[in-house]
Amino acid sequence: MIIDALLLALRELRRNLMRASLTTLGVIIGVAAVIAMVTLGNGATVSVTSSIGSLGRNLLILAPGTRRVGGANAGAEPFAPGDVDAVRRDIGGLRAVAPVAQRAEIVVTGNQNHSTQVTGTDNAYFDVRDWPPAAGREFTDSEIRTGRPACIIGQTIRTTLFGSQNPLGTEIRVRDVPCEVIGVLSPRGQSTFGQDQDDLVVMPLRAVQRRLTGNTNIGMIWIGAERAEDVPKIKKDVTELMRERRHLSRGTPDDFEANDMAQITQIIQTTTGILTIFLSAVAAVSLIVGGIGIMNIMLVSVTERTREIGIRLAIGAREKDVLTQFLVEAVMMSALGGVVGIALGLGASAIATHFLKIPFVPSLFIVLLAFIFSAGIGVAFGYFPAQRAARLDPIEALRHE
Amino acid sequence: MSAELIRLMNVRKVYGAGEAAVVALDGIDLTIRSGEFVAVLGPSGSGKSTAMNILGCLDTPTSGHYLFRGVDVGSLSRDQRALLRRNFIGFVFQGFNLLKRTSALENLELPLIYRGTPLKERHRLARKALAAVGLSDREAHTASELSGGQQQRVAIARALVTDPAVIFADEPTGNLDTARSRDLMKLFRELNEERGITIVLVTHDEDVAAYAKRHVRFVDGRIASDGLNPRQAGFAERRAAS
Repeated sequence: MIIDALLLALRELRRNLMRASLTTLGVIIGVAAVIAMVTLGNGATVSVTSSIGSLGRNLLILAPGTRRVGGANAGAEPFAPGDVDAVRRDIGGLRAVAPVAQRAEIVVTGNQNHSTQVTGTDNAYFDVRDWPPAAGREFTDSEIRTGRPACIIGQTIRTTLFGSQNPLGTEIRVRDVPCEVIGVLSPRGQSTFGQDQDDLVVMPLRAVQRRLTGNTNIGMIWIGAERAEDVPKIKKDVTELMRERRHLSRGTPDDFEANDMAQITQIIQTTTGILTIFLSAVAAVSLIVGGIGIMNIMLVSVTERTREIGIRLAIGAREKDVLTQFLVEAVMMSALGGVVGIALGLGASAIATHFLKIPFVPSLFIVLLAFIFSAGIGVAFGYFPAQRAARLDPIEALRHE
Repeated sequence: MSAELIRLMNVRKVYGAGEAAVVALDGIDLTIRSGEFVAVLGPSGSGKSTAMNILGCLDTPTSGHYLFRGVDVGSLSRDQRALLRRNFIGFVFQGFNLLKRTSALENLELPLIYRGTPLKERHRLARKALAAVGLSDREAHTASELSGGQQQRVAIARALVTDPAVIFADEPTGNLDTARSRDLMKLFRELNEERGITIVLVTHDEDVAAYAKRHVRFVDGRIASDGLNPRQAGFAERRAAS
């Protein structure tokens, strides 16, 4: 019986193919838009999450914040070497703690030069970022202790300064400081904020402080926690420790920031999530409009086929038989629209993700949801016309011209 | 005599209410037994179509009782009456009332679909009914591709296909020329005589009514006369041949 109903509906739709397709277009566009929005949103989220993840696992970055000096904002004091030791000594559950002093410099080799970010740190930096040199070696203890210039370069530096040549053992100049290349980092790609993470030169902290910045300041402390679930606790402990070391009295706001990367990931995910929901909601409106289109055409169809309905009722169709027939027709229209819309939405987002260079993340859940929702639209908007058909008086309907 | 199929007891049908009320049937008593071939005659407005709608369980009396196979139709719901039509009644209408863009065979399958008959059995029964009305070679034609006479034969086949207790025919020859009418009435007579199918025919045409065995005449919502066909069955045919 249900197969008969499906075949009947299919035949009826084929008979008015043009009309059925145009009617379904609303649902197709609505579903395609929702699918595309969600798929692109997912792709953006995954892209953001993975690029934040590429900074390092369970990462907490301490940076000096601002303090208010007589009503004006001023940069707060940087950290001192003692701060790094204190964190290493007093805070538990840490993987690695790396001091970082950064400065933009020009690096030169032969006739090539390139402006980049020079990072002064120690070997803990590679642990914090899960980013050991792909070729060459890390710093030796003596290099760290004495601040002898030694460089570990990122892929971008390698390609712009050396091309296809092996950079290991050669000497580059960082501003005017000669520095032997002892290692090359593996490629990391772009960060969340579009920065090229591979555009950097890593040197021992002391080398940077003595030869380049001329002070013993530490701009940032990168802290990697052992376990993700400890990060909030560690953040609290570190904040307390730093307040103490920076002699902040109770009630004074922090003059430094402890940025929890997991938290930032979450914020960005929430933001893209909200944006996705918002755009999907807008797209869903066109689904509703599509449903109204279906209702409209079904009402026309019921009027056109009044006589047919009369015949069916006369030869023994019950109300529910006629109701089913028209409902199946409406649902079939909207569900087919849903299927086409899903295909279209996935296709469009596959193309869009390719050009936006974000991953293509189709979600089975949202595909199923879209299908069920489009079929539901058919039920919701097909019910009224179908009921109208089912309630026709057979005698009146047979007289209808 | 055979079993009682239909009994109308003091049936009244009133349309509208109060001042504007129109009495279409004014106290009808009628009994029809299985195997009868009854012509319901009367001028237009005499209430014969209203009576037909009630007999066909499409409508219910305002008052009085209609017993179909002993069941009081007036007490049944809409869907119960639909089931009664589905299982016991075949209709032939003046305007044929076939599904226009659907093939003859599929038109015949329609009542069987509602009965839940499986596909193969449907095809077998539909072909059999089509053969009974002499249209086996037209099964793939859509209704609109058939002539009026052929359409009405398909309609009769559709009424036959469920092997109903009774066929109600409402002015079945109304849209056909004389020759086609005669063919059709012969078919009805054949079905009645050879297969014992009860036929109730509404017409205003005496020549058409001549094929029936019993005549019931309506005038102003009442039965004016009810008796055996005064002219012998086949009289009109012989007259036309001479």
